[in-house]
Amino acid sequence: MMQVSSGGGEKKKGQKAKQDVRVDFTPMVDMMMLLITFFMLATSLSKPQTMEIAMPAKDKVAEEDQNEVKASEAITLYLGADHKVYYYEGLADLTTPNFLTETEFSADGLRSVLVERNRKVVDQVRELNTKKELNQVSKEDYETQLSELKSGKGTPVVIIKPMENSTYEDMIAALDEMLIASIGKYSIVDVDANDQTMLTNSGVAFK
Amino acid sequence: MARPKIRRKDTWIDMTPMSDVMVLLLTFFMLTSTFLKPEPVTVNTPMSVSEILIPDKNVLSVLISPKGQIFLDLDNPDDRIAVLEAMAANYNLDLTEKEKYEFGIATSFGVPMRNFKEFMSMALDKRNEVLPQYGVPIDSLDNQFKGWVLAARDVKGKDMRIAIKADATTPYPYIKTVMGSLQDIRENRYNLITALREVQNPSAAAVSQE
Repeated sequence: MMQVSSGGGEKKKGQKAKQDVRVDFTPMVDMMMLLITFFMLATSLSKPQTMEIAMPAKDKVAEEDQNEVKASEAITLYLGADHKVYYYEGLADLTTPNFLTETEFSADGLRSVLVERNRKVVDQVRELNTKKELNQVSKEDYETQLSELKSGKGTPVVIIKPMENSTYEDMIAALDEMLIASIGKYSIVDVDANDQTMLTNSGVAFK
Repeated sequence: MARPKIRRKDTWIDMTPMSDVMVLLLTFFMLTSTFLKPEPVTVNTPMSVSEILIPDKNVLSVLISPKGQIFLDLDNPDDRIAVLEAMAANYNLDLTEKEKYEFGIATSFGVPMRNFKEFMSMALDKRNEVLPQYGVPIDSLDNQFKGWVLAARDVKGKDMRIAIKADATTPYPYIKTVMGSLQDIRENRYNLITALREVQNPSAAAVSQE
């Protein structure tokens, strides 16, 4: 729709009539609204994030690796129903009742345990992060230093054992805690007969 | 009697600035967003603090529903057809050109091979309706999931990434079956798709302990 109206009543002779050209943008706006609505509904803004995970190959027997873990460095987590976590540090004890400690995925629960165990590395990683924010280290250096710190000597080794009554969310949450607590050495292992004895001793349902 | 003349006011609103803003918004949405891919089952991914983004191309996505059904998706139509041909050869299926083409342009797939012909003979909307009832078989007798992944790896080469997208409430045994199958065929590196969660500084937790 275009409105062309000649402006001004009095015209001087010889002067061209000033034309007021106004274009109505309302239909344009209508169309834009429709397009925006379409784009908002049919697309997603956020790209999904991923976690990269490397599992051990099956032919390398996982149990042998486990036995090599130093007792002082090992933490074993059992992921159970209702997002509960049961853990023990060091060597397994098949006889003591209530050997496992119960905790949950929260800042005061599992996270504080892991951060406490890995305090040195967490502090170093934090320093490294501040350096990175101030652009004192390049990206490649940051990556190498980070992986060196995480896999350094004496850092805890976490064995994650999701039980049959846990969910995918629990597994991701556990892997997440590894990231937060800067733990570089962890693995996901199945629950075996020894674990089941221990869980029964502590009165934990594993199915 | 002379009526008092009411001058009609010209209620003309200039829509130009409005239109300007709209164009800006539209451009923003078109540039920043990605199109949603229709998925046979709704999956709410769990949250994590990991900030690694998933690559755009060369991804075999494995969708796991809360009931443990598996659906697969591969990006390039030509590759999808090649993968399908490899699978059809394994299961002695004769495919028509129409079936291949329609499989190529479809989104997620996850129908057992023996139902494949029947499934492809349905109309498109009917197909979308029944797809959530199926899922790639992954039991030890007939593990077609392994077959699909191997075929995809064959077609796509070693740069292909496998991305697992599972619902947060999926029981762990289903995940274990999938990860076990991947381990059997020596696919030991894969990505787990999550949504971003903000986290408090880990040092804050440490400080609060003191």
